[in-house]
Amino acid sequence: MNAGAAIAWGLRRDLALAMRSRAEVAIVLAFFLLVTSMFPLGLEPDPALLSKIAPGIAWVAALLASLLGLPRLFAGDHADGSLEQLALADAPLPALVAGKVLAHWVATGLPLVLLAPLAGIQFGLEPAAIGILVATLALGTPVLAWLGAIGAALTLGTRGGAALLALLVLPLAVPVLVFGAGAVESSRAGLGAQAHLSLLGAGAILSMVFGPFVTALAVRISFE
Amino acid sequence: MAGSGFFRFSSPASFYPLAGRLVPVFGWLAAALTVAGLYIGFAVAPTDFQQGEAYRIIFIHVPAAWMAMFTYLVIAGWSAASFVWNTRLSAMMAQALAPTGAMFAFISLWSGAFWGRPTWGTYWVWDARLTSTLILLFLYIGLMALRATIEDPRRADRACAVLALVGSVNVPIIYFSVQWWNTLHQGASVSLTAAPKMAETMLAGMLVMGLAAWAYTIAAALHRVRSIILEREAHARWTRELVR
Repeated sequence: MNAGAAIAWGLRRDLALAMRSRAEVAIVLAFFLLVTSMFPLGLEPDPALLSKIAPGIAWVAALLASLLGLPRLFAGDHADGSLEQLALADAPLPALVAGKVLAHWVATGLPLVLLAPLAGIQFGLEPAAIGILVATLALGTPVLAWLGAIGAALTLGTRGGAALLALLVLPLAVPVLVFGAGAVESSRAGLGAQAHLSLLGAGAILSMVFGPFVTALAVRISFE
Repeated sequence: MAGSGFFRFSSPASFYPLAGRLVPVFGWLAAALTVAGLYIGFAVAPTDFQQGEAYRIIFIHVPAAWMAMFTYLVIAGWSAASFVWNTRLSAMMAQALAPTGAMFAFISLWSGAFWGRPTWGTYWVWDARLTSTLILLFLYIGLMALRATIEDPRRADRACAVLALVGSVNVPIIYFSVQWWNTLHQGASVSLTAAPKMAETMLAGMLVMGLAAWAYTIAAALHRVRSIILEREAHARWTRELVR
């Protein structure tokens, strides 16, 4: 099987699995909206304050929500042995992994991007800012998916669990958070968001180029 | 190639006695340099005309911050070596260095807080350097946590090596991203390209303390790696003969 077919196969398989457990996917989205809704309750419903902190809150919520879905990326396949079969299959493992991570992003990252305007409206963001927020999430969530995939593969079968995964992934995700939440801030200050969006785009490309190989390596390590 | 030249000491069995001889050398060197550095820093160096005596924290703070960053690079280097040559000792060295690096990151944050209080009027600010050192500390903690949760040591070696290498690519990006985000910290006091902006004795004290931090790190890592070797090679005959 060549690389393109392997990516397509991994994508189809994991999307089918995600469709069969829609509740798990929906929980991630509900979690995202719930977290963003908690902040006004914990602070005060002052429109000026809320619209100022909205991009940061949307991004932190997206970061936490993306962590929530990570354990299901490899753990199920690892537990029932199908991940080992994938590693042995006559197809490049990086491509199979890329298909899986792409499916993971379509199931949990893309809905976050589409839900972000809702959070933006909740916080009284102006339409232009909502547009930039959506653009940053669209570029940033693939990076989060790849960083998370590496972390998920490294922690396969360890005793650490979800907390360890968060400890490994969150520090590495700091640049994505800074550039993602900073883009809205920068465009409000009249500086434009191009620089932030370009850097996020560069991160997305870098993570898509190196992510499959590092993740595949981490998956192989889990079978040693 | 085994048993000769550069790779002779890549065997834990031959490195163990060598490390044992080097630990006291670097340990005493660290002690002597610390005494000399603290003497220069606290008795010889002049009082800073702006910051008064408070600036003397620099003699602990800056070498600790240097060492915290540099140790992560060394860990990444050992991790890469363990991938390239598949040498057990490289991974053991990476494992042995992590707690010392974490300690220095913690010291630089802690001493920085006590320096910030008199000079900036606050223990903590969300400044680029402070934040990136904090994240570096979390990277160290993550590395040690991952190691602790994987039972098979060879698998832990390789998993930690991947994490350290991914982290080392990310460290400069983290540094520049938080720098862009916010900066209050004074610029670097010492740089290779510009003339130092401080009195020569101050610089000398800092450099001596920096060397002391190096010597301490080497001694601590070698001491720790000896324990790791004994633990991991407990099945080997030479270890059993040694500890009998």
